[in-house]
Amino acid sequence: MSGHPTPETGQSPGGRHLGELKKGERARVTGVDERGVVTTLPEGELERRMIEMGLVEGSQVEVLHEAFPGRDPIAIRVNEHTLALRRAEARAVLVAPAA
Amino acid sequence: MSVLDSALPPRIALVGNPNCGKTALFNALTGSRQKVANYPGVTVERKIGHFVSPLGRRVQVIDLPGTYSLRARSPDEEVTRDVVLGRFSHEDSPDLLVCVADATNLRLNLRLVVELKRLGRPIILALNMMDAAEKRGCRIDAAALSAALGVPVVPTVAIRRGGVQPLLEQIDGAMASDAAESPAPCGWSEPSSRDLRAYHQEVEGLLAGCVADAGLPPLATRRVDAVLLHPVFGLAFLFLVLFLMFQAVFAWAEAPMNLIDGAVSGLKDWVAATLPDGALRSLLTDGIIAGVGSVVIFLPQILVLFFFILVLEATGYLARAAFLLDRLMGGVGLHGRAFIPLLSSFACAVPGVMAARTIENRADRLATIMIAPLMTCSARLPVYTLLIAAFVPDRPLLGGLVGLPGLVMFALYAAGILSALAVAFVLKSTVFKGAREPLLMELPAYRLPNPRDIALGLFERAKVFLARAGTTIFALMIVMWFLASFPAAPEGATEPAIQYSIAGMIGHALEPLLAPIGFTWQIAVALVPGIAAREVAVGVLGTIYALSESGDALQSSLAGALAASWSLPTALSLLAWYVFAPQCVATLSVVKRETNGWFWPAVMFAYMITLAYGASFVTYRVASALL
Repeated sequence: MSGHPTPETGQSPGGRHLGELKKGERARVTGVDERGVVTTLPEGELERRMIEMGLVEGSQVEVLHEAFPGRDPIAIRVNEHTLALRRAEARAVLVAPAA
Repeated sequence: MSVLDSALPPRIALVGNPNCGKTALFNALTGSRQKVANYPGVTVERKIGHFVSPLGRRVQVIDLPGTYSLRARSPDEEVTRDVVLGRFSHEDSPDLLVCVADATNLRLNLRLVVELKRLGRPIILALNMMDAAEKRGCRIDAAALSAALGVPVVPTVAIRRGGVQPLLEQIDGAMASDAAESPAPCGWSEPSSRDLRAYHQEVEGLLAGCVADAGLPPLATRRVDAVLLHPVFGLAFLFLVLFLMFQAVFAWAEAPMNLIDGAVSGLKDWVAATLPDGALRSLLTDGIIAGVGSVVIFLPQILVLFFFILVLEATGYLARAAFLLDRLMGGVGLHGRAFIPLLSSFACAVPGVMAARTIENRADRLATIMIAPLMTCSARLPVYTLLIAAFVPDRPLLGGLVGLPGLVMFALYAAGILSALAVAFVLKSTVFKGAREPLLMELPAYRLPNPRDIALGLFERAKVFLARAGTTIFALMIVMWFLASFPAAPEGATEPAIQYSIAGMIGHALEPLLAPIGFTWQIAVALVPGIAAREVAVGVLGTIYALSESGDALQSSLAGALAASWSLPTALSLLAWYVFAPQCVATLSVVKRETNGWFWPAVMFAYMITLAYGASFVTYRVASALL
């Protein structure tokens, strides 16, 4: 499970983020970058929480459900567990197509 | 270790992720030998129990709030951190940590174990819900995991008889061995994102080495969620569940409430017949028995409501409800998690305000606490029932589908909910301005609730409620009885005695203030003791109108008396008052406790009384003009 880019350099140009995935899409997490996401949290906190909830480089994710209205928040499968989060904060999770 | 220390029973703390079955394990270890207590200085409850180990050792167990890491985010999680680190000055850190992990979801759980290992304290890892993991085809090599982690690993099934036996034996072993060792120095410091990634790598290594087969994901949960989290069917189902719940609160609770009512009246009659006429008899019957009885009668409704909340929580559905409502509640700036405290507030705002602890962000939490008392709690029901019976004709609507009284009751509930949303919107766009706390919430796999855990949860609620009735309300009732009884009526008085009492004087003094909203002096007098607890006002009105009945008989005859002496605008105005008025000392005191000061309860009292007066004023004026 090693060999993935480090978070600081994880953003690849033209890469996608978790917040834009549609229901049923699968992806692999390539990095966590909270810059550009507005939250109430101190700097670095969103990134740490994402990692603690399993959203870390190499995790496999799949969008399972979308709430109403605006298809937001989303429920995603992360490896063996299911996580609910809002699309706005999911922007911090960078993804690439599932291997 | 000093001589005194070694006399204390060894203490173990249960630590683990939310939803790992920690509370079920706690219940399996301690049975009913547990109690809920508060930490001094902080507002989070903790559960403490004890058991006797197979070797006859008495062990104290602490059940800590679930957490994903020792970096505390909410008041709940701060307690877990501080207990584990031994930061509470009045108590040592636990002798042994039992880290509880959900065997079906090892990755997140092991991450916490890896972090806890940094503490350098004795740890036992309990792989809980092993039965579910095996059913899914998950194969965990406990011996290899134990060797790799360097801590004992025991499989447990908290809900099965004998399912904690291996853990008990392991605890005995640990207690015997580390009595001699002194704990290693604490190597924990708040992890950076780099540390967290390192923990994650460590966990991946452990999983690769010790888990032969991760098993199938919970397909049943996924299929059920396809319906229950559906944007349309999911919301429809949620509202159906809520409707059934409120239906049950009224229907199921009716019979036990009648029983309690009968028992209270019986006790009153017995005391009245046994004791000679005088102040003591009056204090016992009219003050204590009637007062405490009028509160205890809500126990069945509160238990039915909590039965639903506990079952929904145990199945994993409450997290889904928060998910479904997050966007809708976000419209007024509330967090999806606020749903649970607000739901509890329909039984009573006190547990509702306490449930807001799980909301991490202070502004979100305060906004939730401030609107919790606007949810129609069960203490308002006797007043609503009385006034509706007195003033609203029982006319069938929509071809007999609903009655007019039912519709008015619904409108009163709706008024509470809508005004709560409006207040939340105002608060979140002024004082609590800013983005909402992120939502990052695990949706646990669906599970069948365990009857023992539900029963213990209900028992705990009943104890807390009765303790409140037995202390705070008991004391208030004595004060109120005193205010309503002294000074006594003069010789040859024609009016009811309460008129001449201190409560009567206060009521009469308030009358000019309440006249613009259509309240009579009788209402003003009833509101004085009603400040302590809303439902008391019904009993006081009974006294003022010199009625000797109690319970249902009082309700029906009082309804007749009120219909004859009040105008319809006055009755509507009083209903509007009850939607908003902050007449509950228990709620204000719990808000004081939860916010650590008098500021927020004062704000709550001020805004609610202003809303109440305004709503009553508008209602009275509009109704007077139209009718």
